[in-house]
Amino acid sequence: MFDIERWQEIFDTIRKNKLRTVLTGISVASGIFILVILLGFGQGMQNGIAQEFEEDASNRIGVWTQVTTKEFKGLNPGRPIRLRNENYDYIEDKYADELEYKSPNFRVFNASINYKKESGAYSVQGISPEYQQIENEFITKGRFLNYKDHQSVSKVAVISNKIHRELLLNEEDPIGRELKIADLSFKIIGVYGDKGGEREEDRIYIPLSTGQRVFNGGDSLNMMFFTLKPAATFEKTLAESIKFTDEIKTYLKQSHTVAPDDMSAINTFNTLENVQRFMNLIGGIKFFFWFVGVCTIIAGIVGVSNIMLIIVKERTREIGIRKALGAKPWSIVGMILHEAIFVTAVSGFAGLIFSMGLLELIGPNVEVDYVVNPSIDFNIAITTVLLLIFAGTLAGFFPAWRAAKIKPIVALKEE
Amino acid sequence: MIEIKNLHKSYKMGKNSLHVLKGIDFSVEEGELVAIMGSSGSGKSTLLNILGMLDELDEGTYTLDGVPIKNLNETKAANYRNKFLGFIFQSFNLINYKSAAENVALPLYYQRVSRKERQEKALKYLEQVGLKQWATHLPSELSGGQKQRVAIARAMAAEPKVLLADEPTGALDSTTSYEVMDLIQKINDQGNTILVVTHEEDIAHMCKRIVHLKDGVIVEDKKVEQVRAAQYV
Repeated sequence: MFDIERWQEIFDTIRKNKLRTVLTGISVASGIFILVILLGFGQGMQNGIAQEFEEDASNRIGVWTQVTTKEFKGLNPGRPIRLRNENYDYIEDKYADELEYKSPNFRVFNASINYKKESGAYSVQGISPEYQQIENEFITKGRFLNYKDHQSVSKVAVISNKIHRELLLNEEDPIGRELKIADLSFKIIGVYGDKGGEREEDRIYIPLSTGQRVFNGGDSLNMMFFTLKPAATFEKTLAESIKFTDEIKTYLKQSHTVAPDDMSAINTFNTLENVQRFMNLIGGIKFFFWFVGVCTIIAGIVGVSNIMLIIVKERTREIGIRKALGAKPWSIVGMILHEAIFVTAVSGFAGLIFSMGLLELIGPNVEVDYVVNPSIDFNIAITTVLLLIFAGTLAGFFPAWRAAKIKPIVALKEE
Repeated sequence: MIEIKNLHKSYKMGKNSLHVLKGIDFSVEEGELVAIMGSSGSGKSTLLNILGMLDELDEGTYTLDGVPIKNLNETKAANYRNKFLGFIFQSFNLINYKSAAENVALPLYYQRVSRKERQEKALKYLEQVGLKQWATHLPSELSGGQKQRVAIARAMAAEPKVLLADEPTGALDSTTSYEVMDLIQKINDQGNTILVVTHEEDIAHMCKRIVHLKDGVIVEDKKVEQVRAAQYV
């Protein structure tokens, strides 16, 4: 390997067989190039999908109710079920250790809202302070609701950027201004934005206690929201959240005297199950790109092997001459493999550097839905190059060994 | 220099066995110029291949410069070929992507001679065959006679004990043939041992001894008055 004479001999051969060298090089380099770009975009799609799901807290569990559909313990179907504060308090109390964020929700759709001479209809939601984390709202001005607002039944409201623009006409200092909700004055204490965009900004938040009192809700709730503390692995988190959902469903059915097999009275949704679906999708996409990548590598290996076979065949006569002049079999094998490894390595790394450079350059600038920052793990890329070199060597070895074993007179007769 | 006793060689062709050499006894002294003659199929090329260690013998003994040549593995044979023998082929067998000088230097590469020395020696031997100014040309840019002269220079470069020439003039016209034979005679004059396989009567008579092969046995072995090729050039 470090024999300078051998290196000189090989460079001579390469210099004088440019076409052969260039063809081998291109096939290796393009194989690596295609693989890296493919895997890069696979990663990009994964990043893109992951980003789409960061917008809402991804382990949100919601509970809402409808009318019963089954007769149970002498009660007729068609009976409306209402969630109560006591239900929420019970769950909050019982699962205090497991819950991360929780909030009840009492809402009025299309409440008429007035500010000075402007008016509009928005959804007004009575919630607890942790609703901010559940909906992933961020505060742009002022503050969100707190427990003091809840306890003192304050008439305070948090409005969205969109409402600030539409109703307050971009009032420069909205904090502390008075807003009329159902003809009652509310003080604006904060402005929020939602990562999901303006379609999620049609809501005005007020304390739950205030909402229930203003809209004559008594102790009834429309919805309850929970998020669970994440467990060590995604699978565990998912299992726990499914268990939690089942348990609260059973509890609510019992406390509201609903038939255990009534599928419609108590409803829940669990965003984690969606996340699971998307995780599977990402897995599928990843597998697909790997599959295509592996096929590309196999095609590359077959190509390199073919070229090696042809090269050895073409050089059979030369091998005969060299043997007649005193070349030992191993020096023949060494010469052919040395050249093969050198050419595959140089072109393999050239393809690698070129494709990774391209990904680095255009990767961060890609602005397509579901594709974000395509990139590739350097170790994987290096491994594929080494794999290709190894395969090329192996593919070259057997014909080279056979050629080196041929008797010189047979090789010399080869045309 | 060469000592052969009771040499047998047969080739297997499917189920049949073709007995090519049927007991050859033959010896060559140092400085001889021997022509091996015979019609095609007489076994003359097989004999040369065995002498050149390009092929193996079945039976008998072969001694080259006092070294018994037997049970050769590939590596050992390669070593002996490199040290003892120089080959001249009918079809020249130059490596077509290497220049004349590089072709001549190749056996020296396998003797692990340094690059600089290789180049010097290659030029020296090219000068001997009168092709120094063609040193950088590829074989495809040379005429048949020139190619054979490059091949002779290459055979000489390793400074072998014996030069083996298999139909060296077979692919050349008669004028060129005589030029090549003139060169071979001159090399012989310097004391080199040379064996020439040929089926041409006039070429054979330019050697000092003619061995006649027929159906695998030597039928005639005589010294002859050497005809100098120079007079025809």
